[in-house]
Amino acid sequence: MIHEDSKALLEIRGLRATVNGIEILKGIDLTVRSGEVHAIMGTNGSGKSTLAKVLAGHNAYQVTGGSITFEGNNLFDLEPEERARAGLFLAFQYPIEIPGVSNSHFLRLAYNTVQAQHGKDELDPLEFEDFVREKMKLLDMNPDFLDRGVNEGFSGGEKKRNEILQMALLEPRLAILDETDSGLDIDALRIVTNGVNKLATKDNAIILVTHYQRMLNYIVPDFVHVMQAGRIIKTGGKELALDLETRGYDWVGAEYHAAAEA
Amino acid sequence: MSAVLQNLVNQPYKHGFVTEIESDIAPKGLNEDIIRLISTKKNEPAWLLDFRLKAYEQWLKMEEPKWPNVKYPKIDFQAISYYSAPKPKKKLNSMDEVDPELLRTFEKLGVPMHERAALAGVAVDVIFDSVSVATTYKQKLAEVGIIFCSISEAVQMHPQLVKQYLGTVVPVGDNYYAALNSAVFTDGTFCFIPKGVKCPMDLSTYFRINTEESGQFERTLIIGEEGSSVSYLEGCTAPKFDTNQLHAAVVELVALDNADIKYSTVQNWYAGDENGLGGIYNFVTKRGLAKGVNSRISWTQVETGSAITWKYPSCILQGENSVGEFYSVAVTNHYQQADTGTKMIHIGKNTRSTIVSKGISAGHSNNSYRGLVRIAPTAAGARNYSQCDSMLIGDKCGAHTFPYIQVRNQQAKVEHEASTSKIGEDQLFYFAQRGIGSEEAVSMIINGFCKDVFQQLPMEFAVEATKLLEFKLEGSVG
Ligand SMILES: Nc1ncnc2c1ncn2[C@@H]1O[C@H](COP(=O)(O)OP(=O)(O)O)[C@@H](O)[C@H]1O
Ligand SMILES: [Mg+2]
Repeated sequence: MIHEDSKALLEIRGLRATVNGIEILKGIDLTVRSGEVHAIMGTNGSGKSTLAKVLAGHNAYQVTGGSITFEGNNLFDLEPEERARAGLFLAFQYPIEIPGVSNSHFLRLAYNTVQAQHGKDELDPLEFEDFVREKMKLLDMNPDFLDRGVNEGFSGGEKKRNEILQMALLEPRLAILDETDSGLDIDALRIVTNGVNKLATKDNAIILVTHYQRMLNYIVPDFVHVMQAGRIIKTGGKELALDLETRGYDWVGAEYHAAAEA
Repeated sequence: MSAVLQNLVNQPYKHGFVTEIESDIAPKGLNEDIIRLISTKKNEPAWLLDFRLKAYEQWLKMEEPKWPNVKYPKIDFQAISYYSAPKPKKKLNSMDEVDPELLRTFEKLGVPMHERAALAGVAVDVIFDSVSVATTYKQKLAEVGIIFCSISEAVQMHPQLVKQYLGTVVPVGDNYYAALNSAVFTDGTFCFIPKGVKCPMDLSTYFRINTEESGQFERTLIIGEEGSSVSYLEGCTAPKFDTNQLHAAVVELVALDNADIKYSTVQNWYAGDENGLGGIYNFVTKRGLAKGVNSRISWTQVETGSAITWKYPSCILQGENSVGEFYSVAVTNHYQQADTGTKMIHIGKNTRSTIVSKGISAGHSNNSYRGLVRIAPTAAGARNYSQCDSMLIGDKCGAHTFPYIQVRNQQAKVEHEASTSKIGEDQLFYFAQRGIGSEEAVSMIINGFCKDVFQQLPMEFAVEATKLLEFKLEGSVG
């Protein structure tokens, strides 16, 4: 929801980034204010996940130009774990498996780290167990997942739910959901998006990365951006997503190039 | 590695002359006269001298094993001095005299204050009254009839027991290093648990070694009589330095009917520097004989040190229904090499063995698991379960698994599972994205990986082992 008095949470200016010497992001500008929901759409390989990982600070990506401020601070001054503690959350497109590390232990450590950051009380294993079970109900998750290794042997959809469970635990200021909808069946999508909506407040913001309009029926965006070849080539309201659904992406690219040549 | 420790480790052996035979350090080299000298100096009975000479005779005919997956320059056995009189370690007068590098390590490992002092060689009475602790400990054991002393003392005080069991599990000519050890061992530990006695506490070498050094050819003999049980802890998490590069120990365990011997090791010998210079060669023969019915021998080891580790704690399951266990974590970093594993020899009916091996390699190191499961024709109903997992940190290290399985009985069941995994950047990034730094992340992953082994360790040992691994792998990721 767009508010009159909302503050800029994230400001990206002229962001360029490379991986293995190849430039992937070629000048991104984006402002996200608290309370807003932004959707980033675009074809495969347009750089959406790269943008998400650059924001989270993955060291495989080199920032070669531009600036990012997060709540007024230079994001590049922060290590990945500091960004997370400052409230920047990424729900991964492909959550990785960490065999042998129990999910409940991992979730509790992540939760307590953020609690400590805010000077709040940490929870012991028993307290946490009760707390996390409540959150799991919200996402219709079986508590058995607590005893498994982190994402170990989870199905695609189960991994995505586990990501949103972490979002629910950590209550980030800015959540970037990278194709959280892919791999979810229609019921799961409803449950998960419902969970995300419950977490949305006027003080935080969400960036949804998706291919499909489908998810945007449940989480209604304030802005829709189209990415192509490392740039945001068009920005519109929620109607833009519907347009894309019926007309595809080609026309946006054609329009952009025509404008660039004019 | 500080210069002080470097010097300590790389100190050349002192030169000696024939005329110095009467002095405290024998001249370099090995021959019958040196062995006679050792035996005389230690005031040994004739049978023990015979034992040594037989071993020496066999050793002369043997060759250094070439099959382990390790590389090192040829050892000049004539350049080693095989005897120096047991003397108290050089005492320092306060903690201020201890090398700061060593203190930093103690700090990291959380070694208790009084142990730090003892381990660093500070006169312990400055810090606490160790003598009284050791004495109470000895008294408690004596009350139940347990003998726990140095093997030299046992040779003097309990010669019949030593004679009855020494070399019965690891014969003098068993292998090259065992033969060498049998010829020249100077000290070690002896432990005897009489019939029906459950040892009231973990026996730890820490309480035994504070007066003298055991030397580079250590000999250990543990006997559990019928229905007895004991848990023995060898080593400690604090780093151990020695001027001797080659260490070749022999450990023999004998479990009679219904006896239970649990042997836990945390090995942290100096491993050489990050360029692979220096470090101890640890060539150990450890073997347990589960002789009686329902007896059990359990090895748990956490191997983190040494430039080269060559060791296969084994079980000979002779008694019906006897049980053998091997739980191992072996960590190698920098240029360390480890070739370790176990042998489970099933002879008796319905014997069971479990092998859980976890190898962690980082840096440029090489970590091999080598295990033999042999089921003899007599071992009807024998069962073995083996699980060998390797974890790689970085892409310059190696992990290898060499399982040998020989089954000569149709009614036996042998299962083997193996896996290799890697701590990847993306795993660490996942942790970081949830606010968890890389050190904590690695520690969680490693602990998860080693859980099945750490569970076997006595409680405080497990806590220390966890920290030790973190310390050993510090800086290897991220
Ligand atoms: N680690 C990498 N190494 C090489 N190329 C990469 C790497 N990561 C991403 N790319 C390339 O960057 C481009 C953008 O990828 P990505 O950001 O994942 O796209 P999207 O999420 O929009 O589908 C693709 O062409 C992809 O192949
Ligand atoms: Mg993507």
